[in-house]
Amino acid sequence: MATVRIPPTLRAEVGGVRELDAHGRTVADVIENLVARFPALEAQLLQHGELADFVNVYVRGEDVRTHDGLDTEVRDGDQLILLPAMAGGC
Amino acid sequence: MATYRELLAQVRGEIDEISTIEAHERLDAPDGTLFVDVREPDEWDEGHIPGAIYTGRGRLEQRVEGLVPDKSRPLVVYCSAGSRSAFAAKTLEELGYLNVANLAGGFSDWKRNGFEVTIPRALSPDQRTRYSRHLLIPEVGEEGQQRLLDARVLLVGAGGLGSPASLYLAAAGVGTLGIVDADVVDESNLQRQIVHSTDRLGEPKVASAKRTLEALNPDVKVVPFEERLTSENVDRILADGWDVIVDGADNFPTRYLVNDASVWSGIPVVHGSIFRFEGQVTVFHPGVGPCYRCLFPQPPPPELAPSCAEGGVLGVLPGIIGSIQANEALKLILQRGDSLAGRLLLFDALGTTLDEVTVRRNPECPVCGDHPSITDYVDYVEFCNSPVRL
Repeated sequence: MATVRIPPTLRAEVGGVRELDAHGRTVADVIENLVARFPALEAQLLQHGELADFVNVYVRGEDVRTHDGLDTEVRDGDQLILLPAMAGGC
Repeated sequence: MATYRELLAQVRGEIDEISTIEAHERLDAPDGTLFVDVREPDEWDEGHIPGAIYTGRGRLEQRVEGLVPDKSRPLVVYCSAGSRSAFAAKTLEELGYLNVANLAGGFSDWKRNGFEVTIPRALSPDQRTRYSRHLLIPEVGEEGQQRLLDARVLLVGAGGLGSPASLYLAAAGVGTLGIVDADVVDESNLQRQIVHSTDRLGEPKVASAKRTLEALNPDVKVVPFEERLTSENVDRILADGWDVIVDGADNFPTRYLVNDASVWSGIPVVHGSIFRFEGQVTVFHPGVGPCYRCLFPQPPPPELAPSCAEGGVLGVLPGIIGSIQANEALKLILQRGDSLAGRLLLFDALGTTLDEVTVRRNPECPVCGDHPSITDYVDYVEFCNSPVRL
């Protein structure tokens, strides 16, 4: 079991919560697990089966793109952070 | 009971002394010999040995361990004629410094020999009072305060983030603050934009900020740019020689423009962004760490990136993130501490949590990578509205 931090821009898709538990041994598994419960997330995270360019996913504080991308291993108790860019300085 | 003369003679017998000629040979010596000036502030201001550190005799015991943590470092202590510094040398030995020599003949003899002298630019008495809490910090001190007064920081945006950042930079005595913003003060800004106020409604933000900041600190000169940063004006604005850019823009096209321009000009950017209860803050330092495009190669589609005007923001959040930005800018100017280059801080005001993730430079980055494919300004509005490339 891993925990997933949900950014404010994606909370409407998951019922307003800031953090969710999810199962999976890889980042792909965890996202699949989330999407099965909250189908609206898919378009926000994936494009053509790949991680969308405008979303960063961090596992253990590291960007999964600098590791094995969607195949990056997720261990029990890990925290995943989903992070889209924010522009506001307002 | 010993007289002053007897006491001085006794102390001189107990410490090592070196001649001015010997001391001069140790200037810039490979053993890292440090000269310590223990005279009065006005004597220091009239000239001192190059590279020396200053700590008045009166606060020597209190300050020296902060200034010279390594007690095995060779020290040469001096005053004007070698008497006050003899007592200082004795005190340093009592504090555990292992390699202390008194400069016999002092600074007067140094000058008589025609050796080099540094004449410091002195802070005024008012500045000594205003910045006294900085002067007490070993990592800032008089030299650091002069650096701040000489520094030039460009703030992109005089809004939520630019307000606290500019206030703290002005209070700290950063001598020149450039501010780029085309907007006027609106009533809906005042819930968080603390550099403005109710009597400024309708006034250009750069003019309002200039009034507030120069009233806070008359040492600060505010250079207003009442325009939106664009590909057409960015080179002109950056040509003013800025040391640091504080990015508090409110849209993606400006973020990417600031990034590309800063990479090409080699200016570090302290980046902050906020939305509702969450803030992100990091430093993009060309040649040192990643750039904004390494972190976010593509902006999200507009429907996934609502602005504060659409989604709202807690009023205090920019106060927290903008203050962290000011802190990073001050450290970059002072060249002290560890910057946020390569680290992105994520602050969540609802849970009061601070997470940190690693940001690495992408060798394939189109702007700062090994083989850049973007080498001139693009149409940033189109880039940020176009469908995401895969």
